[in-house]
Amino acid sequence: MNAMTAEWIDVGAEADIPLRGARVVRSLAGDIAVFRAADGTVFALRDRCPHKGGPLSQGIVHGHGVTCPLHNWVISLETGEAQGADHGCTPKIPVLLADGRVLLDAQAIARLAVPHG
Amino acid sequence: MAKQKLVVIGNGMAPGRALEKLLELAPDAYEVTIFNAESRVNYDRIMLSPVLSGEKTFEQIVIHGDGWYIDNGITLYKGHKVTEINRNTRTVTSEHGETAPYDKLIIATGSNPVIIPVPGHQLPGVLTYRDLDDVHAMMLAAKSRGKAVVIGGGLLGLEAAAGLQAQGMEVVVLHLMPTLMERQLDPAAGYLLQKAVEARGIKVHCKANTHEITGMDRVTGVRLDDGTIYPADLVVMAVGIRPNAALAKAAGLEVNRGIVVSPDMRTSDPHIFALGECAEASGQVFGLVAPLYDMAGVVAKQLTGDATAAFSPQATATKLKVTGIDLYSAGDFGDAKDREEIVLRDPTRGVYKRLVLKDNILIGAVLYGDTGDGPWFFDMIKRGTDISEMRETLIFGQGYQGGALADPMAAVAALPDEAEICGCNGVCKGKITTKITELGLTSLDEVRAHTKASASCGSCTGLVEQVIKLSLGDSYNPAAVQPMCGCTDLGHDDVRRLIKAKALKSIPAVMQELGWKSSCGCAKCRPALNYYLICDWPGEYEDDGQSRFINERVHANIQKDGTYSVVPRMWGGLTSAKELRAIADVVDKFAIPTVKVTGGQRIDLLGVKKEDLPAVWSDLNQAGMISGAAYAKGLRTVKTCVGTDWCRFGTQDSTGLGVKIEKFMWGSWTPAKVKMAVSGCPRNCAESTCKDVGVICLDSGYEIHFAGAAGLDIHGTQVLGHAKTEEETIEIIAALTQLYREQGRYLERIYKWAKRVGTDSIKQAIIEDTERRRVLFDRFVYSQSFAQIDPWAERVAGKDAHEFAPIGTLSLPQAAE
Ligand code: SRM
Ligand SMILES: Cc1cc2nc3c(=O)[nH]c(=O)nc-3n(C[C@H](O)[C@H](O)[C@H](O)COP(=O)(O)OP(=O)(O)OC[C@H]3O[C@@H](n4cnc5c(N)ncnc54)[C@H](O)[C@@H]3O)c2cc1C
Ligand code: SF4
Ligand code: FES
Repeated sequence: MNAMTAEWIDVGAEADIPLRGARVVRSLAGDIAVFRAADGTVFALRDRCPHKGGPLSQGIVHGHGVTCPLHNWVISLETGEAQGADHGCTPKIPVLLADGRVLLDAQAIARLAVPHG
Repeated sequence: MAKQKLVVIGNGMAPGRALEKLLELAPDAYEVTIFNAESRVNYDRIMLSPVLSGEKTFEQIVIHGDGWYIDNGITLYKGHKVTEINRNTRTVTSEHGETAPYDKLIIATGSNPVIIPVPGHQLPGVLTYRDLDDVHAMMLAAKSRGKAVVIGGGLLGLEAAAGLQAQGMEVVVLHLMPTLMERQLDPAAGYLLQKAVEARGIKVHCKANTHEITGMDRVTGVRLDDGTIYPADLVVMAVGIRPNAALAKAAGLEVNRGIVVSPDMRTSDPHIFALGECAEASGQVFGLVAPLYDMAGVVAKQLTGDATAAFSPQATATKLKVTGIDLYSAGDFGDAKDREEIVLRDPTRGVYKRLVLKDNILIGAVLYGDTGDGPWFFDMIKRGTDISEMRETLIFGQGYQGGALADPMAAVAALPDEAEICGCNGVCKGKITTKITELGLTSLDEVRAHTKASASCGSCTGLVEQVIKLSLGDSYNPAAVQPMCGCTDLGHDDVRRLIKAKALKSIPAVMQELGWKSSCGCAKCRPALNYYLICDWPGEYEDDGQSRFINERVHANIQKDGTYSVVPRMWGGLTSAKELRAIADVVDKFAIPTVKVTGGQRIDLLGVKKEDLPAVWSDLNQAGMISGAAYAKGLRTVKTCVGTDWCRFGTQDSTGLGVKIEKFMWGSWTPAKVKMAVSGCPRNCAESTCKDVGVICLDSGYEIHFAGAAGLDIHGTQVLGHAKTEEETIEIIAALTQLYREQGRYLERIYKWAKRVGTDSIKQAIIEDTERRRVLFDRFVYSQSFAQIDPWAERVAGKDAHEFAPIGTLSLPQAAE
């Protein structure tokens, strides 16, 4: 594969994601959480907490972070890494904003399907 | 030796202090009896304004609680006005016929508010501002959210205006003079003050001469001499005070403006002292506590045989206690030929400072906007310091003297030991530092308890903390209040107080005004703020779903696999064939994997897919069921037993009462979850005695319990009180819940709150003070009018639809290559 074939998939309108909130994109590789921070930045992560798989899309979004609804781990939206004393990382999916639409990187989604080492 | 008898008339701040001193000097010398016309214990009158504005509760301003009188063997007759002093028999007699003999008598009857006798001054709705009854009357009137006119733009009038506005009234201040607070401020500062007051939305009308108060059977407005009419549902007269000396006069004591005393504080009868605002010393009467406390010290010493103790009036300083307005004045700042002044203005910062000098000695200071140097100036005024050396930089304050930087700690370090830190209580820096070392004090509360510094109006708290910090170094952390979270240094109570005081009505407003350190908070502070705002501004604040935990956002409980559980209400644990059938149908239709009876007498449907929630609710709604709020920091369940309907031991209709309570209280948001129960007799089958609120029915009525828990901690309840009827029971429970809603910290359950504020203060507010109970009850009812909307039905109708559907579904990834 090479970068030229990178494909951006339109998943919906920016405005459909509440500020300080998230929406879910269903995919064959599992759910993806698309977040919109207070400053308007959009992020996408696999919708599974590195702790026990909690749905991050249901958490409280603050700054560029989200607090998992199950046991309150705080996950960075920029890196997918757990913050503070907790350790773990959830895969991040590159996002492109164009004309008010949210586009996700298809290859990154494809990689979600491949189990990690 | 038989104790001498000391009788005190009036139980205000001045005699309260005198008795403390007396007990310190000679605890066993006197048998003390107090008569007080007000039917309550000694409280901090200065702090009535924060009570009015909602920043404090009455309990927080009590100086001596009932226990103090009991511990010290003092008899207090509350609600007994003394009507006669008989100097021949040395007795006093109260309006209820109680007579007490004295060896020594203290008259401390305070002042009466002046009422200008314009037409209409006796109409209902015209109040003065002096005691807690006035505050309650104002708070009650403020409920209407109507219009108020305050006559008088002095300290009291402005505090009343700010308080009434904080309570939601539209307020106009009428002031006779051209500028506000002209007795404490020069015109320039008066003008800045007027701007600040107007910026809060209070209208100020100076040079306003009241012509009449209009209205037939209650007040409707105020008409000025110039014809202007201000409509009003409430008029507060705060135009001055007059020493209350009538009783002394009738007893034949020498009375001028006040009761005349010599420097030893004795009246013209050597067995009788006069103390406080009612006393006239060196031809002056006083209206601030600092000199009254000096008088109190002299009286205590005289009573213990120290004939040399003498009172001499000192300069006084004033601070306006309206949150957000910084104002300080001290000494004499009138213009005169032999005086010079130094003025500093900084309009961008809204700062104005003026110092008045006479022969190189500071005699007066007015500070607006930046009052940090007030105590330093005040200290120089009192000491008559020669300032010629620092004349050029004097106005910049202490930080600029001797080349030091404007570091507040350096400023406090530079203060001499005799510098006064707490004006109300006359506590100097040396006293604080000595007590800290002597007694090993480590916290502000301890310093307050042992020195009284910052224990009255509290405006010097920051300074006191700096002195503590100087003594203890880094081991003292002034932010000993636990901050809400990493986003702020403020604790929950401060945040709540400031939300009310500054009328902050949105999360961004709170974060901006209170200097949040993060851009949009965190998962700890946002839900707490959302709750505080909902509680404090019912009907005005718009709930912020994004600041709620997922369960409260989607009105179901998230499970470990990301599905949800649904618990419909079953009022008081009752259900019916129709409801059960609807539940069964829903279970089949949506293939819900688990159905379980909960510990709260209802049914839990577990494993519902998020997308199915609105449809599940729609079906349950159609059978008449609404959300059971099993997820809410709010009312959960009201468990009941079968009671008189069936049980051979039942004394009352416990099931019916449980249903009524649940129907009345569902939907209310609270700091943490609230669980209730009603048992039909003391066998207690509904487990009422381990609930947040529980009722045990008895033949004689209802025993109301509270502050129980049976989760992480196990606590039996305490009895709050008894009620005769169901209505009274519900009123008590609702008022209790409202008090908890207003005082509880987010996530603090009732038993923890009760432990923190003291169960006595709760009993006092709910059981003893029936008026307060009523006020709390009314606030609860008002807030319920916005809360009792079934969240399920709202979402079935389409609210927050985005929560329940994915934004998109991808057929990706295709084959991985
Ligand atoms: C369903 C239920 C268990 C059951 O199957 O019976 C239950 C289930 C949960 N309880 Fe409970 N509690 C249930 C009755 C109780 C009781 C018994 C009662 O209410 O009579 C208690 C002890 C009484 C008490 O609260 O003092 C109880 C004490 C707790 C606690 C400890 C609270 C505490 O302050 O000590 C928690 C943890 C918390 O709230 O932080 C908790 C939390 C939970 C949570 C919400 C855990 C969570 O955060 O996800 C569970 C949600 C499950 C769900 O999705 O429905 N649950 N929980 C009961 C629901 C009652 C209802 O009809 O609403
Ligand atoms: C709203 C408000 C704000 C204030 N703010 C400040 C401030 O910021 N700084 C400051 O220094 N001062 C302030 N003051 C003034 C201060 O509160 C008073 O100076 C002080 O409380 C007076 O104390 P006292 O003991 O002389 O009288 P009071 O506290 O008035 O007590 C007199 C008591 O005697 C009772 N009494 C009267 N007659 C009889 C009788 N015949 N028999 C039995 N009892 C009787 C009365 O009911 C009353 O309870 C404020 C006052 C008010 C009202
Ligand atoms: S006790 Fe309550 S919180 Fe614990 S597992 Fe059972 S339901 Fe969940
Ligand atoms: S699953 Fe997210 S914190 Fe435990």
